[in-house]
Amino acid sequence: MSTTSGATSSASKPASTRAKPANKAEAAADWADGRLGIYTLAKSNLRKIFPDHWSFMLGEICLYSFIIIILTGVYLTLFFKPSMAEVVYHGPYTPLDGIRMSEAYASTMDISFEIRGGLLIRQIHHWAALVFVAAMLVHMMRVFFTGAFRKPREINWVFGFLLLVLGMFDGFFGYSLPDDLLSGTGIRFMEGAILAVPIVGTYIQMFLFGGQFPGTDIVPRFFTIHVLLIPGIMLGLLVAHLILVFYHKHTQWAGPGKTEKNVVGMPLMPVYMAKAGGFFFLVFGIISAISAIATINPIWAYGPYRPDQVSTDAQPDWYMGFSEGLIRIMPGWEISVWGGHTLNLGVMVPLAIFPLVLVAIAVYPFIEGWITGDKREHHILDRPRNAPVRTALGAAWISLYLVLLVGGGNDLFATHFHLSLNSITYFVRVGFFVVPVIVFFVTKRWCLGLQRRDKEKVLHGRESGVIKRLPHGEFVEVHTPLAAKDLHTLTAHEQHQPVELAAATDENGVARKAGVLAKTRAKLSEGYFGEGGQIVKPTAEEFREIESGHGHH
Amino acid sequence: MSHDISEENLPESHGDSHGHAVAVHDDPFADPGLPVHEPRRTDIDERAAKRAERQVSLMFVISMLATIGFIASYVIFDIDKIVYIFPLGHVSALNFALGLTLGVALFCIGAGAVHWARTLMSDHEIPAERHPIEADDEVRADVIEQFRTGAAESGFGRRKMIRNTMIGSMALVPLSGVVLLRDLGPMPEQKLNHTGWQVATPQKPLQLINVNTNEPMKPEDVIVGSLTFAKPEGLEEEAEDFQVQIAKDALMLVRIAPDDIKDNESRDKGFEGILAYSKICTHVGCPISLYEQQTHHALCPCHQSTFDLADGARVIFGPAGHPLPQLKITTDEQGFLVATGDFDEPVGPSFWERKR
Ligand code: FES
Repeated sequence: MSTTSGATSSASKPASTRAKPANKAEAAADWADGRLGIYTLAKSNLRKIFPDHWSFMLGEICLYSFIIIILTGVYLTLFFKPSMAEVVYHGPYTPLDGIRMSEAYASTMDISFEIRGGLLIRQIHHWAALVFVAAMLVHMMRVFFTGAFRKPREINWVFGFLLLVLGMFDGFFGYSLPDDLLSGTGIRFMEGAILAVPIVGTYIQMFLFGGQFPGTDIVPRFFTIHVLLIPGIMLGLLVAHLILVFYHKHTQWAGPGKTEKNVVGMPLMPVYMAKAGGFFFLVFGIISAISAIATINPIWAYGPYRPDQVSTDAQPDWYMGFSEGLIRIMPGWEISVWGGHTLNLGVMVPLAIFPLVLVAIAVYPFIEGWITGDKREHHILDRPRNAPVRTALGAAWISLYLVLLVGGGNDLFATHFHLSLNSITYFVRVGFFVVPVIVFFVTKRWCLGLQRRDKEKVLHGRESGVIKRLPHGEFVEVHTPLAAKDLHTLTAHEQHQPVELAAATDENGVARKAGVLAKTRAKLSEGYFGEGGQIVKPTAEEFREIESGHGHH
Repeated sequence: MSHDISEENLPESHGDSHGHAVAVHDDPFADPGLPVHEPRRTDIDERAAKRAERQVSLMFVISMLATIGFIASYVIFDIDKIVYIFPLGHVSALNFALGLTLGVALFCIGAGAVHWARTLMSDHEIPAERHPIEADDEVRADVIEQFRTGAAESGFGRRKMIRNTMIGSMALVPLSGVVLLRDLGPMPEQKLNHTGWQVATPQKPLQLINVNTNEPMKPEDVIVGSLTFAKPEGLEEEAEDFQVQIAKDALMLVRIAPDDIKDNESRDKGFEGILAYSKICTHVGCPISLYEQQTHHALCPCHQSTFDLADGARVIFGPAGHPLPQLKITTDEQGFLVATGDFDEPVGPSFWERKR
């Protein structure tokens, strides 16, 4: 097999042409390389360049909180009993002494009150989950508003989106496991939603719950989904997500020395390793401290679940709040179809809008790509102001989310601000349609204003705050011209032209019909990049002309 | 402070770019190239560097102490020790001590590493080239050619019958997995249409048992203006299917002056103004628990569906789609409140097969 060793070594020498390792560590690395090929792997990665910007940390927070969730989750599975068998509680928490409850609830009580450190780990697990979902959402906003989702990163955007959705649902399943009054109410909600599905709803409900609500199967089933199924898929997606980040290399902001063809920053080893590695500990440390201080999900205060009881401020975790908002503001429409079958629109419509609000994010890169028709790779980020329509759409989406969050917390708003519950609901019903539109137009105008300011700055320099009196008596403010690096940074962005519809007749004079799709695309493109969609950026000629006039204006 | 810095360590000049700047004069907006590296204080002042080194180590030492503190807290504090800490209030001493020491131990490692990277590791920005993700035309042509050869050798395109039957078999085989899920649960049948009250008949009525006292009730026990909760006689908490039963059987009783009851049918189902409604909200099934005496409105805390109990539990606000079902009640020979049959319609959230 090994022909090389026979050819290059004499009998007395080791069969390798490699230089002698300098120390033990190198020897160990040599050993591993012979089995795993680590040198080839490390060759291009050890000094891989990562650009620096605070917003690039958001993705790291997601990764680290995910790791924290897994670590604490493993600990919790060692003590948690995912069973709905009934037991009578006789633990140290006296208010619940002698109360019947499921083993799931009882073991969560034990984790909280009898296992040293158990309460802390439970709190870290829950807090980290909230941070995880929040960080994913904010990370996606960063990617969205900077256009980092453009080619070649569309697929990674979709991976990230799936991670967000799975994260939200895994959070919901986890929240349901302790079988306390609040989590049981959440599951009841889910049952009602499933029953509202036409035709197959009752079947899905029976199969999922193993019989009628609540039955005794739902907690063990959710447990498997929560700790195995969804995290498994998420882990796979996460690895794929990170491999793609490595492969595409990170995006960067425009600036001197930065082009579409390079990436400028610090090497992985040592700076980025130290910063990123250190950052993991910072995140973990902060979440631990929060968990020591702020109680989250005090299940002992809610009591075990009973379907005929409820605690008052029944609220899901915040990331499910917008679905709660949808369900609360929907009028109770119930209609009869096909000879007496019931169609529960009041629950079904919100149930359908929920994924639509989410999917709107998932497909955006493809829609924008289609509108621009841009087939090139993009590695330089857009400043949000330079893509006004995209920025405005994102802001409108966020405002919709927030409006629904208000709807989901209408009882809290009512009690805290002494408002009428009904008027908040009516307000949210109107706001659902109106607020995003207003936010869209305001944001777009704002972006255009900022673009105009940039243009002004490029052409006339920065306001210096020095007022000068000219010989003929006029007062002017002295503007200092921008440095070359700022001039470049402010003018580096690209401007798309709206796509034109092909001429109505082709070169032979034969009438050509533009399809609906092509027309829509031209319309959208005009909206994005036509007049009113962007401010034409300053040209070199304009700049020189003003320069030659010595900045008088 | 600046006199600490020895002259020979200072950089020669500032502000000029490296060589790769484009000729700036013909395009004012051209990329001037990477700016010159500005040294940090720790780069040129050995004393500052030493100080930074000590700071980093100090953080690592604090972390070690905190971990020792964590272990000590685990041993020292009793799990049931509650202490008062301003402004948090009463908290578990163990949880508080463990969480803070762990937090400090982890945070200081992170802070040390980041401080080390920021002050002492090189902060030279380095450009690295990107390569297009797309392969060049030659590679593309080569791969496509190889694929074509492979496809031709398989005969996949030529032998249509094999291809089609293979696709068919692969499309069908996942069905086995779906079928296997059938035994997850029973068929719905009539389960959702009936409650535990269905065993009641006029000959053998079921008593209404007060959920709080576990006693049967006489009409005079139901006070005007309050909400009383009831379950059927014979349903005990110890019962194996208690949760499933109570999820459907739970009743709420109100007493309204008979003249105030707007709905005749509803009044007839009640007894001397006592009305027994399902406690399970018809929206998605939360138990209804809030009652306003003056208006006779009952509010579901989950999504605020509001029902007018004086008017057949009609929905007057919120997302619920239909009124709460009402149970017909009367009294037995001993004068206890009883039901003589099931609800006329299914309780709880509506579903496809629900007849209206
Ligand atoms: S469950 Fe009662 S309003 Fe939704």
